[in-house]
Amino acid sequence: MDMINSFIGLTFQLSVPIVLGALCGTIAERGGIILLGVEGMMLLGAFAGVAGSWFTGSAFLGALCSIAVGIFIGWLYGLFCLKWKAQQSVVGVGINLFASGVTAVMLKAIWEAEGMSESVAAIPNLTIPGLCRLPLVGGLFKAQSPYLYLTFLIVAAVWVFFYKTKYGVRYRAIGDQPFAVQSCGINVNRYRYIAMMVSGALAGLAGSYLSISQNNLFVVDMTAGRGFMGLAANIFGGWNPIGSLGAGLVFAVAQAARFYLNDSAVQIPSQIIQMLPYVVTLVILLIVGKKAKGPEALGKLVD
Amino acid sequence: MKAINMVGIVKCFGPVRANDGIDFQVEKQEIHCLLGENGTGKSTLMNILFGLYHQDSGDIYINEKKAEIANPNDAYALGIGMVHQHFMLVNQFTVLENIVMGNEAGSFFTDEKANRQKVEELVERFGFRIDLDEKVGNLSVGMMQRVEILKTLYRGADIIILDEPTAVLTPQEVEELFRILLQLKESGKTIVFITHKLNETMAVSDHVTVIRKGKVVFQTATKDTTPEELATQMVGRQVEAVVSRPAKSYGEVVLELKQVRLQDKAEKMVDLTVRAGEILGIAGVDGNGQRELEELIVGMSPCREGSILFLGKDMNQVSIRQRKEMGLGYIPSDRHKHAMVPNFSIQENFLLGYQEDERYCKHGLVNYKALEEDAGKQIEHFEIKVSGIDQAIGQLSGGNQQKVIFGREVIHDPKLVIAAQPVRGLDIGAIEYVHKTLLELKEQGKAILLISAELSEVMNLSDRIAVLYEGEVSAQFVNGTYSKEEIGLFMAGKKEEA
Repeated sequence: MDMINSFIGLTFQLSVPIVLGALCGTIAERGGIILLGVEGMMLLGAFAGVAGSWFTGSAFLGALCSIAVGIFIGWLYGLFCLKWKAQQSVVGVGINLFASGVTAVMLKAIWEAEGMSESVAAIPNLTIPGLCRLPLVGGLFKAQSPYLYLTFLIVAAVWVFFYKTKYGVRYRAIGDQPFAVQSCGINVNRYRYIAMMVSGALAGLAGSYLSISQNNLFVVDMTAGRGFMGLAANIFGGWNPIGSLGAGLVFAVAQAARFYLNDSAVQIPSQIIQMLPYVVTLVILLIVGKKAKGPEALGKLVD
Repeated sequence: MKAINMVGIVKCFGPVRANDGIDFQVEKQEIHCLLGENGTGKSTLMNILFGLYHQDSGDIYINEKKAEIANPNDAYALGIGMVHQHFMLVNQFTVLENIVMGNEAGSFFTDEKANRQKVEELVERFGFRIDLDEKVGNLSVGMMQRVEILKTLYRGADIIILDEPTAVLTPQEVEELFRILLQLKESGKTIVFITHKLNETMAVSDHVTVIRKGKVVFQTATKDTTPEELATQMVGRQVEAVVSRPAKSYGEVVLELKQVRLQDKAEKMVDLTVRAGEILGIAGVDGNGQRELEELIVGMSPCREGSILFLGKDMNQVSIRQRKEMGLGYIPSDRHKHAMVPNFSIQENFLLGYQEDERYCKHGLVNYKALEEDAGKQIEHFEIKVSGIDQAIGQLSGGNQQKVIFGREVIHDPKLVIAAQPVRGLDIGAIEYVHKTLLELKEQGKAILLISAELSEVMNLSDRIAVLYEGEVSAQFVNGTYSKEEIGLFMAGKKEEA
C-alpha cells in the first residue's frame, strides 16, 4: 500500500517538467509554429533559476528569473521565425545547441566550475497535513513541490483559454488556417508572439523546477531530454492540454518505474532500466505517429 | 443611386499597368458582372475596392460618398464584403465558428448561445439551407461558398464581391448559387460577380462591364447584348467557334478498353475504342470515373479487371515509361500536379516524361542543347508568350502553361493523345488555341481521347461520344445522334436504348 502511494507521488513529481514541456509544444504548435527548442529553453530556465537564486539568495526570485529568461527566448524565437522568417525547426535546433553551450560557459564564469554549480537556496516542498494520509493518492500531498499544483492550474487555464474563450478559438484557428483568420481582420502575428512568450515562460518554469525545486544546483545538460519528451507527449496527447497532461503522466510512469526496477529482486542491467523512458517515448511515437494529426498550418507564415 | 462608383482607378505593379484608368459603376440592388479574361485586372480592381490593395490614383465613392479604403476592416465598415476564389475557411471548425470568427459575441469567454442566435436569424432571413454544427471540412465546395457568403452577411455587408465563384462548382451548385444571389438582390444587396464565363454572365447579371488589358472596353445592360458580342469585346477580336468535321475515314484501332472496371461501385464494365484520326469525347459530370479512366490508360493505377490494349498490345504489365515510349501523349487533368514542376524552367520541363529519351539524356548526362532546341521550336510554333526559355513554368499564365505541355507531348509524335480537361481554368483565347491544336492532331491521324466536364467542348470536337455515369458508360454514339438535352439526361444516369 505504501509503495503504491509513493509510486504515485513519484510519478506526479516526475511528470511536472514533461507536462510543462508538452504544454509549451501545445501552445506554440496550436498557433502553427514548429517548436523544437523546448529542451534548450528549459535548460536556460534551469540555469537562470540557479543563477537568480545564487545572486539574490531567494529561490522565489530565482524562479522569476527562469520565467523572465523563458519569455525573452520565446520572444527571440518569435522574432527569428515570424519577422525574419527563419526555418522554424532550424531555429529550434539552434536554440538547443546554444543553450547547452552557453550554460556551460556561464557555469565557468560564475562558479569557476565544470559539471555543476554550487548549492543555492531551493524552493521548499509542501506536505499537506491530513490529505497526505489519504490512501492511494496520499503521495500527491506528501513532500511535493508547489510546482505540481501550479502545473495542474496551468493545464486547466490553458484548456479553458483554448476551448472556452473567443481569443482561444481564434488562436486555434490560426494554427489551421492563418490566412482565413487574417482575412477576418485579426492580427495573426500578435497572437503568435504572445504564444511564443507564454511557451517560453512555461519552459523556463519547467527548467527552474528541475534546478531549484527538485535540486538545489545546476548540472550541465540537466534537462536530459525532458523537453523532447514533452514534445512527444504533446503529439501523443493530440495537441490538447488535457492530453498533454495525460501523456506526460504516461512518460512519468516509465521514469518512475526505473527507480523501482533498480531495487527489485530480479537483476536487470541498470543501463537497460535507464533506457526505459526513452524507449517508451519511441514506442509511443511509433504507435501514434501515423494517426497523430497536428495543426494543418504548422510552419506556415502570414505577412 | 450608385452603390459603387470608382473613377479613374490606376494601379501599377512595377511596369505593368494592371488597372489603367478604370471607371466602374454599379447601381444599388443589382447583380453586376465584371467580365474579362484571366489577368486583365478584374481581381485587382475588386481588391482595391476591398482594401487589399491601394490605388495609385483615382477615387472611390460608396453610396455616393467619397471613401478611403485602406484595409478590409475599412471595407467592412462601409458595408463591402468579399468572397475570395480560394476560400478563407478553417476546415476543422464548425460552420458557426467560422461565420463568427473575429466578430464573436462575448467579451472574453465564448458566448455560443448569442453567436448561434445571431447566425440563425441570418440563415433564416436569407433562406440558406445549412447545418451550423457541421465541420466545414466535411462540406461540399458549394456549401463552403455559402459559409463564405454568410460570413460577409454576418459582418453586415450590403455590397458583396464574388471572385470567380463558379470556377469550382458543379452545374447544380452553380444553379443553387444563382438562386441565392437573386434572393440576396431581392433583399436589397448589391452584388459584383467577377467571371470569365459568358453563359453565367447572361444568366444572372443585370449589367455587364467588360475589362480588357486593364481598361473598360464595354459596358451594357445584359438584356441588350449577346454572348457573341461579349466574347468579341472580351478577347478583342472575333472568336471563331472551333468545330470539328468528321473525317472521311478512320485508321486502325489505337486504343481499346475491354471490360474494364472503372469504379468499385460500377456494375457494368467499360468498353471503348479510339481509332487513328478520331476524337472520342468522354462526357459526364466530374467524378463519374473520368479520373480513373485517365489514370488506368496512362498506367498510374493498375488495371485490375479487364484489359487495355494500346496498338494491339496488352498494357497490363507495361510501365508508364514504356507506354510513353510507344507513343502515348498525355495532357493530365491536374496540370500543376502531374504535368509540370512549377519552379523549373520551361526547357527543364521539356525533360519531364522524356527523361529516358536518348536525345535528351545520354550516359546519365542531360543534353541541354537538345532540350533548348525543342523547347524553342515549340514556343515559336505554339506562340507561347514567355520572357525566355529559362523562365520558370510556374510563372506563366494557365493558358501558356498548357501550351508548353501540349508542345512537349506533341513533339514526340505520339500515336495516342489523352487530353483530360484540357481547357480547365483557361481563358477564351487559350481555349480556342487548345481546341485548334486538338483538331490539327486529329488531321495528322492521331487517336485522341478527350475527357471533359464541359459538354459543349465534347460536342464541338468529338467524332464519337461516350457518356460516363457512376463509372459506367451510359451511352456511346456518333456525335450528332443526340441533342444537348438528351446527352444531359445520359449524364444524369439515363441509359441509352439499345
